[in-house]
Amino acid sequence: MASGVDIRVQAALFDPGAVLSEFTARQSGAGAVVSFTGLVRDLGGTLTTMEIEHYPEMTTKALTKIGQDAMARWPLLDVLILHRFGQLTPDAPIMMVATASLHRKAAFEAADFLMDYLKSDAPFWKKEVTSASASWVAATEEDDAARAAWAERKP
Amino acid sequence: MKIDIRYFAWVRERIGHGHETVETEAATPAALIEELRGKGPHYAAAFEDMTALRVALDQELTEFSAPLSGAREVAFFPPMTGG
Repeated sequence: MASGVDIRVQAALFDPGAVLSEFTARQSGAGAVVSFTGLVRDLGGTLTTMEIEHYPEMTTKALTKIGQDAMARWPLLDVLILHRFGQLTPDAPIMMVATASLHRKAAFEAADFLMDYLKSDAPFWKKEVTSASASWVAATEEDDAARAAWAERKP
Repeated sequence: MKIDIRYFAWVRERIGHGHETVETEAATPAALIEELRGKGPHYAAAFEDMTALRVALDQELTEFSAPLSGAREVAFFPPMTGG
């Protein structure tokens, strides 16, 4: 997987430990693996489900570009981006990124970069459903600012 | 020209459907939105605040002033909230 990025878009629940074990086991020559797993926030116990809508024809394309941009920017050996869609239950894993590199710093920075770009450039929309209401999650200015900061920073 | 339009999230909900094909001579996504606004109050509601909208041409994010000619599919949606 030296040149590709491993993109997975799925409705099915995944086991973050199993995905990370598989990712780690397939490395050869890497000195560092970093992963991040996002979970469905339970809004203080009131959330019934989180619905994630996406644009199937664009999703894989957008995630592949984000992964390739990270590979061009840091000396990465491997990148994995997994994101779910559909009906998710509270506390369930939503998404995961993993990076492998020779050194810790590149792996950490690239994972952070993947998360920031994923939030603003990948066509997913979250809707929080409680017993009282259903509302689309709004994008925050912090999300846009985080992405803009990477664009300004030299690789 | 004929172009496929896709709507997502609350844009889709306000308009009432997620997909349609229209015949248009609009030069840009912004001009296409002007035409769509004339189709009824639910369209006007969906396109009320342009700062809350994003546009993709053939599945790539772009600007509202980008040329529409040659594109097969245009999509309108709110800022994305994945991750």
